Amino acid sequence: MIQYLQNNGPVIQAALSQHVYLALVPVLLGIVVSLPIGYLAVRFNFLYHPLLNLSGILYAVPSLALIVLVPSVLGIRILDPLNIIVALTVYTVALLVRVVADGLKSVDPLVAEAASAMGYRRLRRLVSVELPIALPVMLAGLRVATVANVSLVSVGALIGVGGLGTLFTRGQQLNYAPPIIVGIVLSVVLAAILDGIIVLIQRRTTPWVRAAGRIAS
Amino acid sequence: MNDGLLSYLLDGSNWQFGATGSIPSLILTHLWYTIQAVVVAAAIALPLGLYIGHTGKLSFIAINAANAGRSLPTLGLIILLVVLMGRGFLPVLIALVILAIPPILTTTYAGIRAVDPAAIDAAKGMGMRPMQVLFKLEVPMALPLISSGLRNALLQVIATSTVAAYVGIGGLGRLLVDGIALNAYERVVAGAVVVAALAILVDLIAAVVQRSVISPGLTGRRVTRRPTKTVPAPSTSPAPTGQPGPGTRTKAPTS
Repeated sequence: MIQYLQNNGPVIQAALSQHVYLALVPVLLGIVVSLPIGYLAVRFNFLYHPLLNLSGILYAVPSLALIVLVPSVLGIRILDPLNIIVALTVYTVALLVRVVADGLKSVDPLVAEAASAMGYRRLRRLVSVELPIALPVMLAGLRVATVANVSLVSVGALIGVGGLGTLFTRGQQLNYAPPIIVGIVLSVVLAAILDGIIVLIQRRTTPWVRAAGRIAS
Repeated sequence: MNDGLLSYLLDGSNWQFGATGSIPSLILTHLWYTIQAVVVAAAIALPLGLYIGHTGKLSFIAINAANAGRSLPTLGLIILLVVLMGRGFLPVLIALVILAIPPILTTTYAGIRAVDPAAIDAAKGMGMRPMQVLFKLEVPMALPLISSGLRNALLQVIATSTVAAYVGIGGLGRLLVDGIALNAYERVVAGAVVVAALAILVDLIAAVVQRSVISPGLTGRRVTRRPTKTVPAPSTSPAPTGQPGPGTRTKAPTS
């Protein structure tokens, strides 16, 4: 085990950094795409159920199927890393649209009305009143999406681009457990670290949640 | 998409029922794996979740299971078990069960915990025994959450057994994995389309079943409303301030 680590340091490092890249880019793209869609679902009530049902259906599609269908839709090669990024972005969006919509819906209408009465226009009210109030719900969803993405990236190894997943397929070919164990441990640790970072952001950006909890308890 | 990509999917000879490797037999194999894994996982996770939720003991297991389960890379777990135990369906089944337990366990626990303590007190006051409280009150009230956990487990297992074709088991993943290996993209497309359709269909059926088993008293559907006087909201509930709402809500999905 230790010998494997000593001999394969660079390979493991490369796999890890590709894994981080493949997991994080979809999260960022997913946030950018799902915010406006989630807002539309809340702003126009007739869109709410169609949009949420669509994202539910997309979320049900197995990851490997999505990854291999992307190239035929986009017209790129099946072994392109872009496939993983697009497929994981679709998952992230499917998960976050619901979260953004539910978060915005949880804003007390009285608060929104008060903001309007104070002279906030729609966009400013959204950015400085509604989004901050919805933030705890949205960040909770973001944690789920990020952790799920980190573990899904390795499925990409089946089309040859999978970050730490390539350690799994190598272990399978060599019938040798150490690379697989290293890959699993690094993947779980990476998920825990990213999850922890979001929790820290949550504490920084929404101090009132903890303050309210302290008063309640 | 052009015809070439869909040729395998639309070729009638690939749909002959009963022929080994045909799409219908792959679907049946896939479903059979899925059922076995979900049944075994439910047999473990449901009693455990009921016990933890009802007694409040060992709750850290249920709380952490969801995060642990989500962060475990499915492909890695399957390959590790196959390398350690040798080829065959048993290591794959164990991996699928391990992955299906967390969603069921967590939602069962959360569902039981979320039952209104006043309702439990009332049930005890009416003379129900602990087992009656559990099965006549707590389980029916927790059923919406429990069944959504089962649905998640079902989707998880369908997706993961597709990936498991890599270690040599059957099911629709064969089309994907063999197609990639043979550079036969039309086969890959056929497998992906069928497995996606299967997952969506199973989820829809599960949603219908879910709707039919949940007590109408919980959802408000099909309840014939008797004319009631409008009662003012009970004064015990705090005035809505907006902030505690989302704060308390975050606990459910993250725990």
